Amino acid sequence: MEKRELICIGCPMGCPVTVELDGGEIASVTGYTCKRGDVYARKEVTNPTRIVTSTVKVAGGTADMVSVKTRDDVPKGKIFECVQALKGVTIQAPVHIGDVVVANVAGTGVDIIATKGVEAASA
Amino acid sequence: MKSYDIVIIGGGPAGLAAAIAAKKEGVDSILILERDKELGGILNQCIHNGFGLHTFKEELTGPEYAARFIDQAAELGIEYKLRTMVTNISPDKVVTALNREEGLFSIQAKAVVLSMGCRERSRGALNIPGYRPAGIFSAGTAQRLVNMEGYMPGREVVILGSGDIGLIMARRMTLEGAKVKVVAELMPYSGGLKRNIVQCLDDYGIPLKLSHTVVEIRGKERVEGVTLAQVDGKGKPIPGTEEDYDCDTLLLSVGLIPENELSGDMGVEMNPVTSGPKVDERMQTNIEGVFACGNVLHVHDLVDFVSEEAAAAGRNAARYVKGGENQSTGQVIALNPVNGVRYTVPCTIDPAKMDDEQVVRFRVGSVFKNCFIGVYFDDERVQHRKRQVMAPGEMEEVKLEKAKLLERPGLKTITIQVEEA
Amino acid sequence: MYDVIIIGAGVSGSSSARELSRYKARVCVLEKAEDVCCGTSKANSAIVHAGYDAANGSLMAKLNVQGNEMMEELSRELDFSFNRCGSLVVCIDKDSLPDLKALYERGVKNGVKDMQLILDRDEIFKLEPNLSDEVVGVLYAPTAGIVCPFGMNIAMAENANANGVEFKFDTEVTGLRPIEGGWEIETNNGTYQTRCVVNAAGVYSDKFHNMVSEKKIHITPRRGDYCLLDKKAGKHVKHTIFALPSKYGKGVLVSPTVHGNLLVGPTAIDIEDKEATATTRAGLDELIEKAGLNVKNLPMRQVITSFAGLRAHEDGHEFIIGEVPGAPGFVDCAAIESPGLTSAPAIGKMVAGIVRDLLDLEENPDFNGTRKGILDPDTLSTEEYNELIKKNPAYGNIICRCEMVTEGEILDAIHRPLGAKSLDSVKRRTRAGMGRCQSGFCSPRVMEILARELNMGMLDITKSGGSSKLAVGTNKDRI
Repeated sequence: MEKRELICIGCPMGCPVTVELDGGEIASVTGYTCKRGDVYARKEVTNPTRIVTSTVKVAGGTADMVSVKTRDDVPKGKIFECVQALKGVTIQAPVHIGDVVVANVAGTGVDIIATKGVEAASA
Repeated sequence: MKSYDIVIIGGGPAGLAAAIAAKKEGVDSILILERDKELGGILNQCIHNGFGLHTFKEELTGPEYAARFIDQAAELGIEYKLRTMVTNISPDKVVTALNREEGLFSIQAKAVVLSMGCRERSRGALNIPGYRPAGIFSAGTAQRLVNMEGYMPGREVVILGSGDIGLIMARRMTLEGAKVKVVAELMPYSGGLKRNIVQCLDDYGIPLKLSHTVVEIRGKERVEGVTLAQVDGKGKPIPGTEEDYDCDTLLLSVGLIPENELSGDMGVEMNPVTSGPKVDERMQTNIEGVFACGNVLHVHDLVDFVSEEAAAAGRNAARYVKGGENQSTGQVIALNPVNGVRYTVPCTIDPAKMDDEQVVRFRVGSVFKNCFIGVYFDDERVQHRKRQVMAPGEMEEVKLEKAKLLERPGLKTITIQVEEA
Repeated sequence: MYDVIIIGAGVSGSSSARELSRYKARVCVLEKAEDVCCGTSKANSAIVHAGYDAANGSLMAKLNVQGNEMMEELSRELDFSFNRCGSLVVCIDKDSLPDLKALYERGVKNGVKDMQLILDRDEIFKLEPNLSDEVVGVLYAPTAGIVCPFGMNIAMAENANANGVEFKFDTEVTGLRPIEGGWEIETNNGTYQTRCVVNAAGVYSDKFHNMVSEKKIHITPRRGDYCLLDKKAGKHVKHTIFALPSKYGKGVLVSPTVHGNLLVGPTAIDIEDKEATATTRAGLDELIEKAGLNVKNLPMRQVITSFAGLRAHEDGHEFIIGEVPGAPGFVDCAAIESPGLTSAPAIGKMVAGIVRDLLDLEENPDFNGTRKGILDPDTLSTEEYNELIKKNPAYGNIICRCEMVTEGEILDAIHRPLGAKSLDSVKRRTRAGMGRCQSGFCSPRVMEILARELNMGMLDITKSGGSSKLAVGTNKDRI
């Protein structure tokens, strides 16, 4: 029986959760206070995912950089590939929140979108 | 001299939420003074996600969270001035400020909301010995360089302090191509949120060394390395435990200090524990019509709570301007934080003036497991709530109902404390 | 061929340069750092001593008293901050009272004016309420004061430059050799010839002296650790408070600064490494322990930074100023330790006089001894300030919020003679980054301004020249 100790990140409480795995199957989840702990632990053990945030360059805008994120969670193992996909990317101002910066990043099916607006610089 | 009903000092999350709430409460004449080139405050450089779970029930990044409030302020037609530094506020609420276009100018306010935020504790305040080379940055300065300007402050990084900004920067620097070697924390527990330890350190295999500090910084021109040592129960380095790390960068995430120079100069009374103003149930300071909210009042863990608290300050500022507040019966109940509870916001409650429900926020002084929060009306315990874990890095709260307070006209003190199981 | 080359752009070298610019001569200052005021001159107590410390009849005593007398007029001429706040030597031990009296008598002999020995505790506390309750007597010297050490050094150098003195930075002297009618100076940045050399190299002055003289001198870098406290603590004392050396040791001083902070220090730790300006845990602990001996309730929690400086302590504890016997045209301005800052105006005069006589220099009729410092808008009325912002909006843009430094002041610091090229050189000229957040907020903005104004990349901006780069790359450049 394999044991995995996790800390739930569902809320600031950070419950210590223990997952017991039997041949890859979840045998038990203990230690959580609310349902979120159970859900988090099951997902974290079988399919951990994260939102990835970074920045890209902006051309012709009132700022030189704009912040971006994956619109949805991507598999944890794909984090670095997502950031790599942003290397050398420059987008043209104006930028709006939600604008797609890179579509289907690293084959995850998830888009990278801008999280901030940047106005075009007045010439 | 121009005049406004409410002048708000600072256009970060607190100032914005206060302005929006004041406007909705029926005051039209509102002005936000912001020193930076855009509204949103520190959220603009907090490009990570995790904001707004409580407020919007979704996970936003800092800029997205700020944009929700900035857009709302714009829809409501709230006036603001950017790149404008407030240099003085007089006790009778004349606000003096400075910018390129208008020079030095004064505004008469009926009410003032203090929402200037906080600054980071610097190396100097820690008395870390050694040289003073380039490569020592506060985590927030590094965050601005990386997230807003696109520059790497270093390649090989040691971080002192496990405050949230330090943890967040460990991940950001790693993702942008730096090697974060270790995070050292003086205390035996982290000052940051659990989720940040998991998602910023554990995800990337960055070790967190509790009860450790930097005892030496090497390098004369640029940082070349630091030495960490374990500390004893009093925070003193233990000889023989030194470990050398080669690095070109030391980031410091060792605490935030409310920026209350303006408040102090105008005569606002301070709470030495929070370094923020003492406020009553309306977030009002000892000076009538001067309110405080956000990190200038006490350093928060989550921006959602800032927004909530600031909205209360804004509403109350509006009520103050319009008159028509409830009349006090003269009863002022003191809040008494003891036994592990370091402070409370507010410090006092006037039951006649409070809302139907009052959220009292506080932090604990160390890590407590399987304990209770006890609330006492004078000597009688009225709340006894189980908490699995409480840590200094996370804010706690209790709620007080107006109806219950009104039942006790003689009530003098509400004590809040941590109790063992 | 130059007439005079001065090694070192610290306060002694810069004062000598300015005084020499009163004469018709080609003068050049060689400085190994990127700016003036980078060695001993930048990290010291910033005290203008009254002059009772130095031994009767010594050169130190003479130049101290002279320098003190010159300071006020010089500060007006060159527009740097000086405040004659007075000093108190505090005695907390009855047995040491004779030593306090001896100090008074030495001061009288040295020509120090207006000193008072005060033994009445009420009177003492009236003068300085926060002195230790143990105080039994003080020596009050109203002629003592405090100065901005950067301000004075930079002002002297700027004025020398305006009067024709060249300055070469990042230029380290590596060798000296007598030639016909003068000296050849080797540096990492070319070879120079000069009729006369002034050795104002601070802790390195023994090195250059010993290159040309059989009579060796030995300078011990004596490290002093300091703590600087927030302006909130700046009014804790009104005078510079010295400890009378006693059975408790030498003690440390507590003093207001001209900018309103409180300074505590220094330690005195003899070392051999002439570059070892690192503070140590032991040094800082010693400071914290000793600071409270003479001043009560010191708010040591309000420390905003700590630093260490090296005094150029010569074994003989006396200034060495004069042409070196057997080395014609080589003039020492060596072993300048405390009260060197106070003495600097007199040292410059003395050095210039020696060189003038050696080279038979004529007066420079075009010499202009006045210099305007960087305009501090705080000194203006609201109307004047608004006029200024209208003319130059950069003065309405606050860059350093702790010290309220505007973009206008930073631009002035960059573009004036011997202008700032790095974060620290902007800081020494304007105070941007010297406040309670210690440049946390303003450093990225000052970097941006430096890059823009000097047409440099952000990656080339340094903290203090050399390899002290601040940003080392751009996001994702190594992934």
